[in-house]
Parts: sequence; structure tokens; C-alpha cells
Amino acid sequence: MTTNDFLLSVEGLTVSFDGFKAVNDLSFYVDRNEIRVIIGPNGAGKTTVLDLICGKTKATAGSVAFKGSELTRMSEHQIVKAGVGRKFQTPSIYEDLTVFENLEVSLPMARSVSGALMFRRSRSVVERIEAVAEEIFLADQLGKRAEYLSHGQKQWLEIGMLLIQEPELLMLDEPVAGMSVSERERTAELLNRITRDRAVIVIEHDMKFVKNIAHKVTVLHQGRILSEGDINKVQNDPKVIEVYLGH
Amino acid sequence: MFDGYTASQLMSIFAMQGFAGLILFSVFLLMALGLAIIFGQMGVINMAHGEFMILGAYVTFLTSNFFQSNLPHFFGGYFFFAMAFAFLAAGALGYALEWVLIRHLYRRPLDTLLATWGVSMILQQVYRSVFGAREVGVVLPDWLMGSYQVTDMIDVPINGMFVMALTATITAAVFALMFRSTWGLQVRAVTQNRVMAGAAGINGKRVDRLTFALGCGIAGVAGSAFTMVGSTGPTAGQLYIVDTFLVVVFGGAQSLFGTIASAFAISQSQSTMEFFLSGSMAKVLTLLTVVGILLLRPQGLFVVKVRK
Amino acid sequence: MKSHTTLPSRWSYFLGDMSERIGLLLFAVLILVVLPLGLDSFRLNNAGKYLTYAFVAVGLVLCWGLGGILSLGQGVFFGLGGYCMAMFLKLEASDPESTAIQSTPGIPDFMDWNQITALPWFWEPFHSLPLTLIAVIVVPTLFAYVLGVAMFKRRVGGVYFAIITQAVASILSILIIGQQGLTGGVNGITDLRTLLGWDIRSDDAKTILYFVNAVLLIGVIMLARFIKNCRLGRILVAIRDKEDRLRFTGYDVANFKVFVFCVAAAFSAIGGAMFTLQVGFMSPSFVGIVPSIEMVVFCAVGGRLSLIGAAYGALIVNYAKTLLSESFPELWLLAMGALFIGVVMVFPYGLAGLYEQYLKPWVAERFRRRLPAAEPVIPPSAVGQ
Repeated sequence: MTTNDFLLSVEGLTVSFDGFKAVNDLSFYVDRNEIRVIIGPNGAGKTTVLDLICGKTKATAGSVAFKGSELTRMSEHQIVKAGVGRKFQTPSIYEDLTVFENLEVSLPMARSVSGALMFRRSRSVVERIEAVAEEIFLADQLGKRAEYLSHGQKQWLEIGMLLIQEPELLMLDEPVAGMSVSERERTAELLNRITRDRAVIVIEHDMKFVKNIAHKVTVLHQGRILSEGDINKVQNDPKVIEVYLGH
Repeated sequence: MFDGYTASQLMSIFAMQGFAGLILFSVFLLMALGLAIIFGQMGVINMAHGEFMILGAYVTFLTSNFFQSNLPHFFGGYFFFAMAFAFLAAGALGYALEWVLIRHLYRRPLDTLLATWGVSMILQQVYRSVFGAREVGVVLPDWLMGSYQVTDMIDVPINGMFVMALTATITAAVFALMFRSTWGLQVRAVTQNRVMAGAAGINGKRVDRLTFALGCGIAGVAGSAFTMVGSTGPTAGQLYIVDTFLVVVFGGAQSLFGTIASAFAISQSQSTMEFFLSGSMAKVLTLLTVVGILLLRPQGLFVVKVRK
Repeated sequence: MKSHTTLPSRWSYFLGDMSERIGLLLFAVLILVVLPLGLDSFRLNNAGKYLTYAFVAVGLVLCWGLGGILSLGQGVFFGLGGYCMAMFLKLEASDPESTAIQSTPGIPDFMDWNQITALPWFWEPFHSLPLTLIAVIVVPTLFAYVLGVAMFKRRVGGVYFAIITQAVASILSILIIGQQGLTGGVNGITDLRTLLGWDIRSDDAKTILYFVNAVLLIGVIMLARFIKNCRLGRILVAIRDKEDRLRFTGYDVANFKVFVFCVAAAFSAIGGAMFTLQVGFMSPSFVGIVPSIEMVVFCAVGGRLSLIGAAYGALIVNYAKTLLSESFPELWLLAMGALFIGVVMVFPYGLAGLYEQYLKPWVAERFRRRLPAAEPVIPPSAVGQ
């Protein structure tokens, strides 16, 4: 299999901050429709890997190929337009806009200055937004200012804002962190539904949640891959046990 | 603009103007140190910093008058007292301002910018009511007058060297305080993670207030130095505030070393160009260069790459 | 959810929702009817002068209030617009007959005093009124564009942007003062008389210019309202809230910032040109650091989120300034300083915010009692149809 057959091929990815290599010569490949979970102890470089893929941080060396195009040379908004969506660790939504407006701004259209000036809210736009709101359990909150949502609802809203863009690769950074048990269950259900037709990279600590959704798990440690494979293989890997339980 | 000068003349001009620029360098550096500490620590843009400097200058003026009329024998030493008083007065005012206003505005830099601009207008009016609109100047003691002749073309002004030595001492003290003392450790801890620092038993509010007072106190000392280059008036501080902010930004707001380098570069280029061009054009060219470089390198001259 | 199922027409963005429409109507009545009827010609001219600052304040609502981009250099654009206009009027006032006593007739008097013997090249286009009118808008906007691209493309924002715009204001005012022969120096460009032969100093002319200014201002407010109400307005708020989220939603954020900065600059420039026409001179005292930051206060006092509020802010603060500095000059700086602190600490959304918070519920209560069957207040996004 050549690297072009993968949706995402990360090869030799390295970034150093002032001499410290947060991510060190990292390579991994993600298939279409694959759900990949990245785990690892604090400071392993998990979030930095997502930052590198979506262009928030510029790589020192290495390549990130997505559907054959090189992401490391593109700016953030171009990467998004290529089909990569990213959810941040803390809910990142527009607090001063309503839920409806949050979703509307996230629609993948009229993203240029002139487009935004000429944009007109059409019937189909409203319907699309209402459908997504239904999916993220916020159908009756559309008129509410986003800052008044609960923490879990904010997480859902951000997931909805990504869904509406229909990305081919969705990256989620700890999507259930800080949620109540019932919110967790609904989120797992939501993620199972939305991950059907796309590749997903998830960072998560909750092993129950990971078992539930992961096709393949990558364990990071000190910026390098420690282990990779299905969940059982990883959980029985002595190196992984050493890192998590050792010392 | 160098037409008609020989190489050796040019060398002498650069040297002379360089020494003449030392006091400006000192004023910039002391002002910028205070601003950089306050901004780095609390995210506060203190637009009234120039007025704190002018407070120091007025205190120096008052001290000089007092010594002249009451203690003429000790007049030669008044400057040291003036500096101490200037530091205390400006520091006390800063302490009070932090308590009344600034502490409500942490991490809202744009708001502090506007509010402290209001403070600066009020202080200007207070100075005008108390000291009058006329500018005042201080008399320098004899030992600070005159200059030391290095070659027949280069004079080194003694007050410049004195202020320079003073600034070096204060800068070194600030460095020691920030990077060697327990208190500096607390300041840096609060800067990096306020909540964790609080959990570790550091009183963040007290650290903030003292930091702000310290920054303002240093501005007061800058005011003492300022009396040697300019005359003190109610609005004199405003003329320096933009330049000083450029010094801070140009040096990279997080880097004290950068602040020193950029204060030196800006004061020296201004001083040198003033010989060849009119004062206003020298200033325009200096500021334009700085802004131009900042547009190309917005993070300032000296910054380290960190994950944000 | 009803508010979202109705689809607004694009034209309704210019007027806004019902309360915005009423607000605009009241403002229009005030400046087009009440002030002209209630004030003598001298005071009306003063009011016109204050209203030129409203152009700047309205631009700042878009740029700062919505987009969160605080520019402390709006005086630069006000000044550039004003100087472009002043250069045209000065050239018209400097025809060879009226300047026959100069050593070089036909050039502005201050150039002659500064031993300049030929008109500098950049003055040449200002012989033509159409070119001047184009320059009034294009020169400041282009300048804003260059500054904006240089800074926003490199992600310079927040306080760094504010300080650099302030430095630019400082540079331009020092430059104008320093280059006396080319710009009129610290006195500015004075002694402006006619516009295409029409004496702008007469009372009639001043009244007509007042109305031109007022109508232009209402037009600018409607244009700003369109930007605020259309998708772009929401994108600006999103930039203020979470710039990064927007970037990772596929927007090139810098383009939007450049756009709104240019719009604010263009508005300020129109204000500057109208200032020159109504007051009869332009000087560096409207360009530098102090006037630029005062313009921010006009906007803040009126309300940084309200276009109409900002216009009132410009009117009220300037009126207070005139009143106070005539009778108690020493109080003015104190009052202005207190205003700066007040808008940050006590009423961050200015008069408009106070109105929304206290007066509007009271008014709404009143109307509901009197008109029990009235329609509920129409939400902003439902207007049109």
C-alpha cells in the first residue's frame, strides 16, 4: 500500500520549542472511515500533534499529507477547506452569538469578505441548521446566547459547528472531559453516529469511552509513538504498562 | 546626509551624539523596564507611566529647591535624596492607583489602556494646578556639570555618565530582584499560573500591587534622570509614552534583555540623526524605522518560540 | 424559533429591526429638523463640526465594538481626509491674482513663506475636484489597507495593534508639523474660502454644508448598519469572541479585519473632509495621539456596540467639551479623564448600554400597558418579509 492510499499520512513529524522536542520524528497513517484514538500521559504531545495537523503550530520537520496534498505548507483556513475539522479541548464557541448564529457562521459557505456581505439566509440554510441542532440535542436552544449554555451543551455546540462543515477528517480533543455521566453517554452516542462516514482522530483519557469507539489506538510518550494497534494489543503491551504504571 | 564630513569627523560626531544620547537611553530604559514588568506581569498597559515619571521629576525639582534654600552645604548630594524621594513618591502613587483602579482590570489590556489614559489626563491637570503650566528646570550640582574631554573633538558629559551608571545599577538590581530573589520567583510564578501560585500560598494580589508600585517607582527615578535632559512640565510625560511603548514592543515584551537593546538602539539612532536632521525629522525617521521593523517582525526583536 | 424561520431581505439590513428603525428616525429628526430649527447659524455650524466626529465614532463601533480591534490612530484617517479636502480648497484660494504679492504667485501662502518656489508634485492632483473627492476616500483607505495587511496578516492584534496605530498617529502629526513648507506646519492649512467659486464662509453655505454633512452621516450609519446586520457583522463578533475558532472554521480572519479597518478609515475620512468644509481649516491638532484617543472616547461614551449611540456620543462629548472649556478650562481635562475611567469601569457599553439596561424595559412596559394587543417586539433576524 502506498502512502497515497491513506486519508492522512504523517511522516517524520517533528517540532521543537526552544530546543525541546515536543513531537519527535512521528509517523502514522489514518484510513478513510477509521476512528483513531490517541492516548498518552500528560505532556506526551497529543494536543501538539493535532495542532501540527491543523496548522496551529508549524512543524520543524516532516510532512502531513492529506488526500495527497501537503498540509504543513498550507494556512489554517486552507487546511479546513481541504476537509479537516478540529475541536478544541475547552469548548471554543462564540459566546456572544446565539446557537443558531454559531452554526450559521460555521456553515461552509460565504467565507470570504464579499461572500459574507452578499450572503442571504435561505430556506435550505435554516433547515440545515435546524437538522444539525436536532442532532446535537440543541433544537430548542437555537435562540439562546451561547454563553448561557451548560458546559456539556457548549461541547455539543462545538461538535455541531464541526459537523455542519462536513469534514472528511474530524479531530476531537477530549470531547467528554468535564461532562456529567449522562452527558457522557449522550456524547458517545452522538460521536458513534457522526463518525460513520468520516475519519476521526480522538484524544481521550476515558478508557471505557476509548474501548467503545476506537478502531485503532496510538500511544504517545515523550513525543514518540510507544505502541500502536487495536485496544487489546495496546493494553497488553509491556512498554505501555511501564509508562502508565511504572516508576 | 553625510556629505561634507570626513571619516574622522563622522566618527567624532557619532561618538559625541552617542554620549549625548546616553541620558535619553537611560530615561527610555528606566521607563520601559517599569512598563515591561507591569505588562508582562499583569497584562496592564499603563498609559499614565509618563505622568509617574514627571512626578519623579517634580519631586526632584522640589528636593533641589529645598536643599538650595535650607541645606546649601549639602546641595552637592541632593540628587541622591531626590532619587529616593522620587522612587517613593511614584511608587506610593502607583500602589494607590493599583488599589483604586488597576486591580479591577487585570487581563483586560485594552481597557487598562483607556482607563490609565484617563488617569494621565487627571494627573496632568493636577500638576498644572499645583505646579503651574510653566515648565520648571532644576539646578545641577557643580560636580555633575561639565564634561570630560577624551580627544580634542569628543567631550563626554559627566551627568550623562552618572545617569548611565545609575541606570546600570538599577537595571542590575531589577534583574537580581526578578531572577534571583524569592520575591521575583513569586512574581514569575504568578505570571505563569495565577491559580497554581495561589495554591502554593503566594498572595497574588499583594504581588501584583507591589509589582505595579515597583514599576511606577522606577518611572519616578527615570523622572529624576529626565530633569537633566529636559524641563519638567505638566504634559512632558505624554511626549515619552509612545516612544517608551515602542521600546517595549520592539524589544519583545517578555524579554528584559530585549528592552535594554531596543532602548539603546532607539535612543542612539534618534540622538545621532538629530545631528544631521532637524529634531522632528530624526524622531519621525526613528519611529518609522521601528514601526517598519515591527511590521516585518511583529513579535519584537527578542522572543523565544513557545507553544501557546 | 420563529425568528429563524422567517428570512430577512437583504435591504432590511440597512434599516435594522423596529427599535433600530425608530432610533434612526429619532436621530434623523434631531439632526435634520430639531437642531436646524433650534440653533442659530453659529451654533448649528458647531453642531455640524461635532457631527463630523460621529463618522469616526460610527467606524469605531464596527472596528472596535464589533470586531474588537481598537485603533488609536483614527485621527490619521480623519486628518488625511481633511487634508485632501483642504489642499483642494487652498489651491483654489491661491490663484495667481489673489497671491500676486508673493514672490511665487499661484502657490499656497505658507509655501511662499517657506521659500518654496514650485508646487510640490503631490499637490498637483488637488487642482481637480473629482480627483480630490476620490482622494478623500482612497488615500486614507489605501493607507489603512497597507497598515492592515501588514499587521493583520502577521497576526498583530490587541494592544500591539493599538500601540502601533498610536505610533503612526504620532509619526504623521510630527511629520506634518515638521514639513512646514509642504503642509502648512503646526498651523495647518488655513484661510480656505471658496469651493468652485462658492463662498463656504457665508452663513447660507454653512447651513447647506450642515445638511450635506447630516445626510451623509445618516447614509454612513445605514451602511454601517448593513455591515452589522449581515453575515459579516456576525463574523466580526466571532472574531472578537474567538478568533482561533473562526480560523479553524475556514475563514481567512485577516481579510475581515483589513476590511473593517478600511471601512472605519473611509468613514473617518469623510468626517475629516466635512470638517474642513464646515470649519474652514485643517491642522495637525486633529491627527495626533490626543485627538485620536479622544475619538475613541466619543464612541465609548455613546456605546461601543451602538451605531446611533456612538453618533450621540460624539455630539454630547464635544458639546460638553465646548461648554466646559469655555467656562472652566481646568475642569475639562479632569472631566475627560473621569470619562475615560468611567466608560471602562462603570458603563462599558456607554449611553446606549444604559438605555438598553434601564430605559428600554421601562418604555416597553409603558407601551405594553397602553397597547395590550400590540405585536411583540420583533427579533432582529426576523425583519423583512
